Amino acid sequence: MREFLEQVIAGIAAGGIYASLALALVLIYRAMGLINFAQGEFAMFTAFICWALLQGPQVPFALALAISVAVGFVGALAIERVVVRPFERGSPLVIVIVTLALFEIVNSVAGFVWGYTPRSFPSPFPARPVDIGGILISIQDAAVIGVSLLTLALLYVLFDRTKLGLAMRAAALYPDVSELLGIRTGVMLGLGWGLASAVGAMSGILVAPRILLEPNMMQGVIIYAFAAAVMGGIDSPVGAVVGGLALGVMLALIGAYLPALADLRLALSLLLIVVLLVVRPSGLFGQHQARRV
Amino acid sequence: MPLLDLAQVTAGYGHRRVLHEVDLSVDEGEIVAILGANGAGKTTTLRAISGVIHRVGQITFLGRSLLGSSASDTARLGIAHVPEGRGTMGQLTVAENLQLGAYVRRDRAIATDMDRVFSYFPVLKERRRQYAGTLSGGEQQMLAIARAIMARPKLVLLDEPSLGLAPLVARSIFELIGSINRDLRTAVLLVEQNAVAALDISHRAYVLEAGRVAVSGASAELRAHDRVRRSYLGY
Repeated sequence: MREFLEQVIAGIAAGGIYASLALALVLIYRAMGLINFAQGEFAMFTAFICWALLQGPQVPFALALAISVAVGFVGALAIERVVVRPFERGSPLVIVIVTLALFEIVNSVAGFVWGYTPRSFPSPFPARPVDIGGILISIQDAAVIGVSLLTLALLYVLFDRTKLGLAMRAAALYPDVSELLGIRTGVMLGLGWGLASAVGAMSGILVAPRILLEPNMMQGVIIYAFAAAVMGGIDSPVGAVVGGLALGVMLALIGAYLPALADLRLALSLLLIVVLLVVRPSGLFGQHQARRV
Repeated sequence: MPLLDLAQVTAGYGHRRVLHEVDLSVDEGEIVAILGANGAGKTTTLRAISGVIHRVGQITFLGRSLLGSSASDTARLGIAHVPEGRGTMGQLTVAENLQLGAYVRRDRAIATDMDRVFSYFPVLKERRRQYAGTLSGGEQQMLAIARAIMARPKLVLLDEPSLGLAPLVARSIFELIGSINRDLRTAVLLVEQNAVAALDISHRAYVLEAGRVAVSGASAELRAHDRVRRSYLGY
């Protein structure tokens, strides 16, 4: 039982990382109705910036984190304005192609600047475990869970408790009416991209110490994040987090108890998600299931 | 000087022109009705004013040209456009719809205004936590007007408020428009199929035919005008 709980908590910690990136995907989906395939690469790039700040000027971790999240925010806002905005009125497929192009560009630029040799990324939190009621949890895992929950809480406050968040929701759902109310929907969309990238940056910086830092490091994570977002209902932030955590736990339990199937755990997890979607096509929290009444 | 002044305004969708050289004005505190058959250009006139569609000619509001203004700029200048179909944001609550009505404001009297709006529309107070999509047609129309008032606009562009409503509900909507105009001195440019009701509450009216102003004048005079009576009032 103790070992089972330890596996569950390790799974939740890994899931928290998938959840952060899934949240980023959901934010763009809600704003534009499409998936930004470059989201993981944005996260990778910001993780590199964080690493460069830690290695070069040796700034404290908290400052490096704040700067790289801010760079992620501003960078994505600029990318939306310059590269995505001209295609905004076109077919969604065109924008999807634009995000695929961004994927390649960001990936190659990172490779060009920092090379493809994997590097270790210093974790701000010790990997040493602490004993909580007989269950061993690594401090790093606990911190990842804490950061993921904090991100979700901040997003909830933004979207549900502030005027700006309300305007962002309105602009995403009802762009024409929002314009008539004086909301600059273009600005809201840019802020949405910035916000998604900032949230995604957290996932890149949290995952980098667990895997190694290199330009292709997010390509596995984005598949998990995509699966988590779809499982949660693609348009639900809460769903993305629950989906991410559930997926993390599933993967950890398969790895621990069905070692023969360990190589198939991603396929098995995706299969489970397909079964879930057959039973419940709108996902766990999609559309009308997650609404507050 | 009129509050809103249109001179020789031509507008349309793509290459299809719907409005041709329209002259129209609204004074402060006035209710002006635009009457006309389907396709005459009534909705297009409102869209040309708020900048939703491309337009040429002259449009001035409070003495400044609106031609370079986007729809959101126009809203910030004090024109609230209640669009065709009411623009209900159904997945947001009634209270959220009203808060967004006040989006352009930076002052602190929004809560007070919310109470004032609830005094006009008590049913919205009861339903403020509900999703706007769950309201009836009449309630959604009330919400649309209430949301416009929350901006404290100088001018409200109101597109077919009675559309799809039962006659009694439509009548109470018109009464509310009249009392808001009297109490708050908000000017209203009203597009309406129901010519009888529109002429009853408006001070002046324009009749559009095929995108041009066919007749205009004081509403009381238009009621007696032969052509208007036969074509739009039906007696």
